[in-house]
Amino acid sequence: MSVLLSQDFTFIVQGITGREAVNLTRECLDYGSKVVGGVTPGRKGREVHGVPVFDTVEQVVDSLGYVPDGSVVTVPPAFTKDAVFEAIVRGIKLVVIVTERIPRRDVAEMVELADRNDARIIGPNCLGVIVPEVCKMGGIGGPAKDAAKAYTPGSIGVMSRSGGMTTEISSTLTAAGLGQSTAVSIGGDAIIGSTYAELMPLFEADEQTEGIVIYTEPGGRMEAQLSEWVAENDSRLPIVAFMAGRFMDDEEMKGMTFGHAGTIVEGKEDTATEKIARLEAAGIPVVERIDEIPDAVKDKLGARV
Amino acid sequence: MRFYEYESRRIVERAGIPVTKYGFCTTADEARKATEEIGGSVVIKSQVLTGGRMKAGGVKFADTPDEAAEHAAAILELEINGHMPKGVLVDPKAEVAQEYYAGVVWDGTRKRPLMLFSDMGGIDIEEVADKHPDHVGRGHLSNLVDPSDFQAKEVIAHTGVTGSALTRATPILARLARLMRDYDMTLAEINPLARLEDGRFVALDAHMEMENEARPRQKPLLDDLGIEPTDTREPYEPSEFERNVKAIDSADHRGVIQGKDHGFAGNLGLVIGAGGGSLTLTDAVRSQGGKPANYTEIGGNPSVAKACGLAKQVLKKDGVEKIAVMMSIVSNTRVDIVARGVIKACLELGKDPAETIAVFRIPGAWEEEGEKILKRYGVEYCDRSVSMWEAAARAVSKIQEVPA
Repeated sequence: MSVLLSQDFTFIVQGITGREAVNLTRECLDYGSKVVGGVTPGRKGREVHGVPVFDTVEQVVDSLGYVPDGSVVTVPPAFTKDAVFEAIVRGIKLVVIVTERIPRRDVAEMVELADRNDARIIGPNCLGVIVPEVCKMGGIGGPAKDAAKAYTPGSIGVMSRSGGMTTEISSTLTAAGLGQSTAVSIGGDAIIGSTYAELMPLFEADEQTEGIVIYTEPGGRMEAQLSEWVAENDSRLPIVAFMAGRFMDDEEMKGMTFGHAGTIVEGKEDTATEKIARLEAAGIPVVERIDEIPDAVKDKLGARV
Repeated sequence: MRFYEYESRRIVERAGIPVTKYGFCTTADEARKATEEIGGSVVIKSQVLTGGRMKAGGVKFADTPDEAAEHAAAILELEINGHMPKGVLVDPKAEVAQEYYAGVVWDGTRKRPLMLFSDMGGIDIEEVADKHPDHVGRGHLSNLVDPSDFQAKEVIAHTGVTGSALTRATPILARLARLMRDYDMTLAEINPLARLEDGRFVALDAHMEMENEARPRQKPLLDDLGIEPTDTREPYEPSEFERNVKAIDSADHRGVIQGKDHGFAGNLGLVIGAGGGSLTLTDAVRSQGGKPANYTEIGGNPSVAKACGLAKQVLKKDGVEKIAVMMSIVSNTRVDIVARGVIKACLELGKDPAETIAVFRIPGAWEEEGEKILKRYGVEYCDRSVSMWEAAARAVSKIQEVPA
């Protein structure tokens, strides 16, 4: 099995006629994903790589005769909240938000509406989710042939605040003979739909997954939340972490953001040093190099037997 | 983005929260007039976006308009932590019966705004929460339902405050919660919130921070405060390098490049990407003894001109002999386009690409084409079999070969 996506998973693309969305649609179709419709207001009747375009999500649902499982939202920041509300209200249960630079008030509203409707948001500011050789939802891994180079089926769950690093880490695991059950680009913003700790129960319940690798950064409490989750739940899954942005702890970097909006350090708990200490205290080793990840995972998997 | 104290004062005032009569002045003469209008003793406060004003002599008390003018003149000339003040705030010395704290912040874990109130104001709220937890009231707000006065009342009542203090403080905290939401603040604090001898509540000092992403839709507020879009409120002045990179980025909508060199002073130029990749690579260079001259991010498939412009800016930096061109595996940005850009930059500056590019490690989209281009100029191409750490190691060892 896998988490979030499966062989029969169907999804739509909101904002499908945009330049990036057209590419993303092509990539997902090439990978074998079931992209069953698209929405761009005013563009009803068009097609994007054979995918029919509608004005509203409601029209897609009417035309299909069923509610698709997911939606990839890639519309400008000012329109994202409305698009996500539309998807959730029409019954879609998994929404991947690609758009970046969305104010956090909007994100928080979307997340609360999703919670009320039993839906889940991945992102914003993310590349999506991939189950190797099964389904790719979003730009994650890029064109199908590139995604195939980096991602192979296996037992490791990957979660990353950086979209690009999701692929880098998975490719490193693949080269070492460790495939992935599901890789999730969770997004680089201060508030995101699904944090590590919020996704852990899914991996925990997935028989295919035997270990977890996370990519982390300074800023926010997400890693502290994971440490608490691990301490409170007797998880069967060993976790290995990589922490980028250690240089941001330097005095002269105070108050600056690098990489993603979420890296703004607002409290002492947010620094790389503090996060590494917390993760390690929770039994999660934090490696310094990406190429050390496979051995650390193998160590952990071996120790468990 | 941060606001000056006088701007925060204006923001709470707009939201219907009572404040004392105050004046924002940019000259000693204005400070004199403001003091005359306020009447009585005043406090003159330097308007800088940095802490430690009091210690640095940026806050002074005056009993007469002349004295106020004298202090204002001195404070206007006083640099604090490298910041020159934007002006001074003239405040009456209030007759305070008790100080409170009122604040609304984001709880990132719960993904909801959190109201905070304390009857121990004037000091850092974290300190109060730590030492006197029973003096801090808290309450989460819904993102979908408007904040109600009763929610503010509950939070205040948690601290044991009752009577007219409770009924007078309630609308203030509720208005602060609405202000925080309506103006996309990441932090909205009134500290101290004072109860005066006559029972009235006034915000004596406010601290507001707005999310940068919300600046476009908060234009009416920013216009009202006279804040220009170019006023970025960074914690330091942008350098020439930073300004130039920004100009190159704005000139072309394809792709995104960013450059920073504040806090970096090395000899190895970094032309790196994307978000997480840049963080990882900067660490890898530094951990192995390298001294980056700057930080960059390349993403979203920039044009050749943009990649070239960025590389040129890095190469033009003082003391930069070589550049390391490195990214995590790319799926959108094209390897061949970045390769063309950096080679063009070397050639246009009269440098040999094979000598100047210490390492080129960008695996992913269009990598075969990228490798061909690099080969033509004698630049070795590193694919994904060379780890990010190893690529950084090669760059560091090449730069260390350069005679000092």
